[in-house]
Amino acid sequence: MFNCSIGENSMKRLRMTGLALAAAFCAAQADAEELSGTLRKIRETGVINIGYRDSSIPFSYLDDNQKPIGFAIDICLKIVDAVKKELKLDKLTVEFNPVTSSTRIPLLANGTIDLECGSTTNNPDRLKQVAFTNTHFLTATRFISKKSSKLNSIEDLKGKSVASTSGTTNIRQLTEANAARNLGINIIPAKEHAESFLMVETDRAVAAVLDDILLASFAAGSKDPDAYVISTDAFSKPEPYGIMLRKDDPTFKKVADDATLALYQSAEGQKLYDKWFMQKIPPKGLNLNVPIGAELKKAFAKPTDSPDPDFYKSM
Amino acid sequence: MNYHWNWRVFFEPAPSGSGTYLDMLLSGLVLTIETALCAWIIALVFGAVIGVLRTLPSKSAGLIGFAYVEFFRNMPLLVQLFLWYFVLPELLPRTWGLWLKQLPHAPFYTAAIGIGLFMSARVAEQTRAGISSLPRGQKLAATALGLTTAQTYRYVLLPMAFRIILPPLTSEFLSTIKNTSVALTIGLIELTAEARAMQEFSFQVFEAFTAATVLYLLINIVVVIVMRFVERGVAVPGYITGK
Amino acid sequence: MFANFDFDVIRRSLTYLFFDGMTFTLTLTSLATFGGIIFGTLLAMMRLSGFWLLSRIAGLYVDLMRSLPLVLVIFWFYFLVPYIGQWLTGASRPIRVGAFASSLVTFTLFEAAYFSEIMRAGIQSISRGQPAAAQALGLTYGQTMRYVVLPQAFRNMLPVLLTQTIVLFQDTSLVYVLSIPDFLGAASKVAQRDGRLVEMYLFAALVYFAISCVASFGVRRLQARLAFVR
Repeated sequence: MFNCSIGENSMKRLRMTGLALAAAFCAAQADAEELSGTLRKIRETGVINIGYRDSSIPFSYLDDNQKPIGFAIDICLKIVDAVKKELKLDKLTVEFNPVTSSTRIPLLANGTIDLECGSTTNNPDRLKQVAFTNTHFLTATRFISKKSSKLNSIEDLKGKSVASTSGTTNIRQLTEANAARNLGINIIPAKEHAESFLMVETDRAVAAVLDDILLASFAAGSKDPDAYVISTDAFSKPEPYGIMLRKDDPTFKKVADDATLALYQSAEGQKLYDKWFMQKIPPKGLNLNVPIGAELKKAFAKPTDSPDPDFYKSM
Repeated sequence: MNYHWNWRVFFEPAPSGSGTYLDMLLSGLVLTIETALCAWIIALVFGAVIGVLRTLPSKSAGLIGFAYVEFFRNMPLLVQLFLWYFVLPELLPRTWGLWLKQLPHAPFYTAAIGIGLFMSARVAEQTRAGISSLPRGQKLAATALGLTTAQTYRYVLLPMAFRIILPPLTSEFLSTIKNTSVALTIGLIELTAEARAMQEFSFQVFEAFTAATVLYLLINIVVVIVMRFVERGVAVPGYITGK
Repeated sequence: MFANFDFDVIRRSLTYLFFDGMTFTLTLTSLATFGGIIFGTLLAMMRLSGFWLLSRIAGLYVDLMRSLPLVLVIFWFYFLVPYIGQWLTGASRPIRVGAFASSLVTFTLFEAAYFSEIMRAGIQSISRGQPAAAQALGLTYGQTMRYVVLPQAFRNMLPVLLTQTIVLFQDTSLVYVLSIPDFLGAASKVAQRDGRLVEMYLFAALVYFAISCVASFGVRRLQARLAFVR
């Protein structure tokens, strides 16, 4: 199938160059035949692009030196190692690109990023456009408000101003609940999670609707953590977070799935979880103190990329 | 990396429960027009006053006018909107600030005032150019007739000046409409923001933005045609502006 | 009123603001001006050329860009440029374009429409005698443009071109909508992270004001000087 022979050429140097080229061509042919999609792109460019978030603490956020760090970032770096091993590359440059909730999917689709490492919910709607690898967290949509506002249930938000981040499942659930229950809420869309929380901090909105783990991080990191309370009422069941990749790219997904499976099932996975949820994290040395939930523990023991929240309950 | 086209997404129901995606976009369009009109009225009123100030014989009036124009022209509109929306409530006494922040439709009022004042600087410059382009004889004749400065401006200078600057004012109005899109950063859900929301909920990026583009082009065409009628309507026959 | 403000946050973030943010803004402004004027001049020449088709295409392009808000155009190009790159180069997948490259393409193409109107006015303001004399001397169209018409047009419109550059400089702040880290974006990130909106936005406003003021003052001086030469 591959013709590795060289043409008739007597000059030794030309022959050696020819040999070298042919060998490279053979090798490229051999691998190019099997590579497609993202793996092919990575091999050809030698670069992998990771999308990170500004303020999804502790999954993906910027530290004091404006470098992206976080639980999801560490998981992605493990995937990068796996890709490097799979493609047998000596050098694989990792480039970080900032994304927001509303730009992450279009940027993944148009090739600007290869992996989105943050706090993205895996759900059937999104699966029409992108793919997810094994779940790395489970969280439900709740709202945070100042204790002084005395807002306990979703009904209490009637007629008030509530903030949420555009492009999230949270704002979608808030919009749908608002319409379904006729709450007349004035929804204020914010560009990033930090901005949503800032709206509550500055009394521009009485509540912010986000994933409860993110709310806990914001409250803990704020100037006055005791002033805030996270509702027990939830807009949704606990839904899975996954790292996003492009759709219809089975080879890349397999590498990512294998890497995350190996990580979650190992002791290293548990250590990684503790590093971000049970210990002090940069930049302010906060300890979120969120012990691993029962369902997440099961999801780590048997990693899955299911978008169905009920699946995790029944595991 | 193939995009999944779906032009029928406009007729699919939007999650906000208030109709289809097309309804979302149209409500954004309505808000764009409302904001632009309010901003334009503010711009005309303030702009005319400042423009007149700059042409007055008094030196201090000229200086005030100059400072006003320089202040609003040298800062990006986005920064000005941020100052109005985020900074002003914090600088006021706590109760007033709180009232401002909790005002329903706060982004609308902020956008109208912010964009209005930004555009007023440009309208002021146009007014000044219009008044300066009038023959000096007009003002002299008015003084000879015994009209005060105020009467001169009201009955002689301004009517003609406005007719002269009607074409550039049209393009400033179009600018105002385009500038309303900047207000999406302070939460005004106008046309561009609705297109963005549609993109986020339905993932149909190109359909959403194409619709917004078409709507903006439509607004442009309508405004240009209407202004052409207005120009013809107010033109003074036999004068430079009346053809 | 200013009692509990923390102006120290400005001092701490100065390096980030200026080295990352301001360099992005200034680089984008200068490169987009350069590209915009070149493309704009080309568009102006197309519109003034005798070929009906070229003139119409250029006219439609300018009208389109001038009717759309810059925010919308920024969104369009940010998501669209990789697909255009794929189509242009016939690649097998969308070309990866970073935030800076995408912004550069956006601003160059958008502002080219405005620059083209300025250059068109400039070219039309040259007296007919000039290209006529050039033709009499045997210069081709290209040579006439390059040696006779464009240099004069450019010099006549220089103050207006520079004013449009200042407008471009202010317009770059709009990349904020995509969280691209220009000067305002950087100030905003610091503001939200530390909860110091007032200090950072006031500072950002001051910096933009100072730069634009100085620049417009420079343009006015230039205009006065050029007026004498004519």
